[in-house]
Amino acid sequence: MVAVVLTSQGLTADVVVHRSENFRLELCLSIPSGKTVALLGPNGSGKSTALAAIAGLISLDSGRILFNGVTLDDPATGAFVPPERRKAGVVFQNYLLFPHLSVLDNVAFGLRSRRIARGEANTRAREWIERIGLTGMENRKPADLSGGQSQRVAIARALAITPDLLLLDEPLSALDISTRSELRHMLKEHLTNFDGPRLLITHDPTEAFLLADEIHVIEDGTVTQVGNADEIRLRPRTQYAADLAGFNLIMGTARSGIVDTGVQPLYIANNEIAGPVLATIHPTAISLYLEPPKGSPRNSWSTTVYRVERFENRIRLSTGPPLPVTVEVTEQAKTELGLKPGTQIWVALKATEIGIQPGRFS
Amino acid sequence: MPFQQRSITTGRSPILLVVLGLTGLTFFVVPLLGLLWRVPWKRTPDLLTSQMVLDALRLSVIASLAATAISCVIGVPLAWLLARAEFPGKAIVRSIVTLPLVLPPVVGGTALLFALGRRGLVGGPLNQVTGLLMPFSLWGVILAATFVAMPFLVITVEGALHNLDEKHERAAASLGASRWMVIRRITVPMIAPSLIAGLALTWARAFGEFGATVTFAGNLQGRTQTLPLAVFVALESDRDAAVAISMIMVFVSLIVLIALRDRWWR
Repeated sequence: MVAVVLTSQGLTADVVVHRSENFRLELCLSIPSGKTVALLGPNGSGKSTALAAIAGLISLDSGRILFNGVTLDDPATGAFVPPERRKAGVVFQNYLLFPHLSVLDNVAFGLRSRRIARGEANTRAREWIERIGLTGMENRKPADLSGGQSQRVAIARALAITPDLLLLDEPLSALDISTRSELRHMLKEHLTNFDGPRLLITHDPTEAFLLADEIHVIEDGTVTQVGNADEIRLRPRTQYAADLAGFNLIMGTARSGIVDTGVQPLYIANNEIAGPVLATIHPTAISLYLEPPKGSPRNSWSTTVYRVERFENRIRLSTGPPLPVTVEVTEQAKTELGLKPGTQIWVALKATEIGIQPGRFS
Repeated sequence: MPFQQRSITTGRSPILLVVLGLTGLTFFVVPLLGLLWRVPWKRTPDLLTSQMVLDALRLSVIASLAATAISCVIGVPLAWLLARAEFPGKAIVRSIVTLPLVLPPVVGGTALLFALGRRGLVGGPLNQVTGLLMPFSLWGVILAATFVAMPFLVITVEGALHNLDEKHERAAASLGASRWMVIRRITVPMIAPSLIAGLALTWARAFGEFGATVTFAGNLQGRTQTLPLAVFVALESDRDAAVAISMIMVFVSLIVLIALRDRWWR
């Protein structure tokens, strides 16, 4: 009985969909209430198909979807709950606001669909519009909104139905970079306040690392790795994960062109930015020396090699304190520098190689 | 690069295209002028208030509106099935639906006669059971007009449904809307411009219908004689009346097209 109680909480999805003759999506997901799982993968990997199956917009070919002990889709028994009865709040890629309806009518749409009287639905929709900071724009049409505003409306529209389950399909990918970090904050807040299971579909590792508790890397319809941000980042198991997720994410507070990381200050090329920031450094952007580096790298510090890993045709190593980073080196460099765990080295990094965006981890 | 773009799209048009294009326009304008030139302005008020014209106008308005309404009720669902449902023989069904567009209306009228006439395939049993007689009645006029005009609505709406991104409808379903509610609150409003354009085309085609009507419903003044039939009769007896009625039809059709031009050219 204990097992039943455990599995009855949250979403359990065993998804098998044959999208075409040579594409088969097969994945197993389990999302407890109050947790965010990200499906991270390249375009065409089947992420959105998985979301569509969980939302009930397509049906499974085999497998089973269970939510809080209720079967939503089970081809073996023929059970299928249609999307309009699943209570899944979906935030779609490119917002998909209804172009002929005002902001108010868009947000109220789900409530009206559930046969809630117009007055009541509008009152609740207005509360949501206030919560997303768009009061005064109730009567605008989606065509008159910016990307960021549209995405706020899309989030409010999905949450207004008080869903049991939240599904986000590339929620930030259509936004420009500055709006993206702002919206990411808002999304983080709404995710935290949402009690049910949350599924995030994304091809952006930063988004997955910042918003998800657990990441499933998906390629060609199959999950290739499951883990939290650090596990994926530091121990990628496929070429794709290594390419996308190998980079270093460092948190700190920026002021006057310096990021205070608490251990080793980082000099950056941006003097304007201030406050909490997220620094991203590609593993190939870091150079290693046996002697203190000459020339102009703004950032350099002495440390030891902590771990050396070979990954297909590349070599990746992690360094120790003060500021652990992942570095990618060539076979030749490894041999010439004699890199192995414990080797004393100097790390050098140009200020211009550090990507900076406002934000912070949870 | 901007300079190149400008010279291609907004620069001076090639002379040959201008000459040929204007010839095309002339081809449409000259017949209208021919009609205008013969309008008996003084007699027009009398001609247009004759019993024959008033009867024909009444029948034309009723029949064309009824045909448009019927097309809307059964043609839009047909368009939806063609655009959205999967069934065998869809290509053949689509050909059958568009057949009246290319078929001579007189052939359509003949087909209707043998299907719905007193001894027709369906008309015979229908007449025996209900006593209804389609040919040579207002019903016949309406059916003939529907037969030739409905394809315009079906193909316009089907095209619009094809071009409509189904993602919005999926979004509506995820928000809890039933299939009917999705159609009513999302699908139909989103294709409204095409729907209205299709209805206008359908109405205009029904309003001008001649061949199928005269074959299937006959030419009885006050019962089945619509404006186009009245023009045809008047050409034999009173040419001035034919011209006056024709002018009315040109005028009404033009008004409808101009009123809808914003929707039309989207």
